[in-house]
Amino acid sequence: MTILIYVLFGIGLAASVLGSVALVRFPDVYTRLHGATKCTTFGSIFTTAAVIVYGFARGGAAHQTLAIHSIIALVALLLTNPTGSHAIARAAHRSGVKPVGAVVDRLEEES
Amino acid sequence: MLVFLATSIVAFAAYLLLTLPSGTVGLWSVEELVAGAVLAALTGLIARNVGFPAERKERRAMLRMFNPLRWVLFLVYLFGPFLFAMARANLDVAYRVITGKIRPGIVKLMPELSTDLGRTLMANSITLTPGTLSVDIDEDTHALYVHWINVSNTEPSSREVCGSFEAWARRITE
Amino acid sequence: MIVSSVAFFAVAAVLSLCMIISVVRIGLGPTVADRVVGLDTINTMVVATMIVLAAAFDQVVFVDVAIIYALLSFVGTLYVARYLEKSP
Repeated sequence: MTILIYVLFGIGLAASVLGSVALVRFPDVYTRLHGATKCTTFGSIFTTAAVIVYGFARGGAAHQTLAIHSIIALVALLLTNPTGSHAIARAAHRSGVKPVGAVVDRLEEES
Repeated sequence: MLVFLATSIVAFAAYLLLTLPSGTVGLWSVEELVAGAVLAALTGLIARNVGFPAERKERRAMLRMFNPLRWVLFLVYLFGPFLFAMARANLDVAYRVITGKIRPGIVKLMPELSTDLGRTLMANSITLTPGTLSVDIDEDTHALYVHWINVSNTEPSSREVCGSFEAWARRITE
Repeated sequence: MIVSSVAFFAVAAVLSLCMIISVVRIGLGPTVADRVVGLDTINTMVVATMIVLAAAFDQVVFVDVAIIYALLSFVGTLYVARYLEKSP
């Protein structure tokens, strides 16, 4: 069980570090959103999953409460994160930020 | 009335889950149950015009989600194809961060889903999976504009961009 | 003890390092949208860190705060996005 928790933490941390590096390295808003949203959501899922496993493995009422509340926090993250990034992408496009080096931009052509 | 009841039940379930091991009546104490019921009723009264859409068709689609069979289907989708695609998305982003090889563009999709709920599910799935990010949706024609990090075809089908997600969204919500 | 609390603190430290890297983007970002992306990333990481620290300190209250923080930061992001849409 301990090994499982460490593996989950490892995957989560790798994804989070990748997300923040992607945020610095990519050239424009949309590609940065790709990196930031996917990687940080994936990373938080795995670090939270590690805490959930820890809570259920330790046993006892207090730790089970910790695990259940973590599940609710995970659901909140999963619902709000993609919606927020969608809102940012739409706002960026409407405020006139063009995708750098775009091959095709159907939204620009049709609106 | 139906909408009020549905909102209250969801709010009450969330309250019960948050106060899980607190007492003697089942798993809860009497005080928590009473406070939860009052607060859930209040939430339903306030949110009866907000949380649910006004159209009859959309309302029916929302109430259809109370069927437990659809939850099972949703969980299967979440832990099967969705989690797998998400893991692949991270490897994909890692590859592009290291090599810097991108060919971005915004393409148009026409999902054949009849309800807003299905389109929301599909748009969120697209955002969290390899190389795609939903940017905008046309309210009238329901066209979905997707930012694609590696454009291989400027007139793609929905299968090329997001795999089996459209079929799954239809299976879960319709 | 299945996992020593040092491990939880180490994870929280690495997540904080990620937040500092994201702050670089908030400082550099040429447009407002770039800064909002950085802020959104930091919000997600703060929620993850709070949950890990809740396990480290054995305090369930931290997770409750994390849930409320996640929902409120989402509302904040939506407001900034709406403001960005209105101003050309």
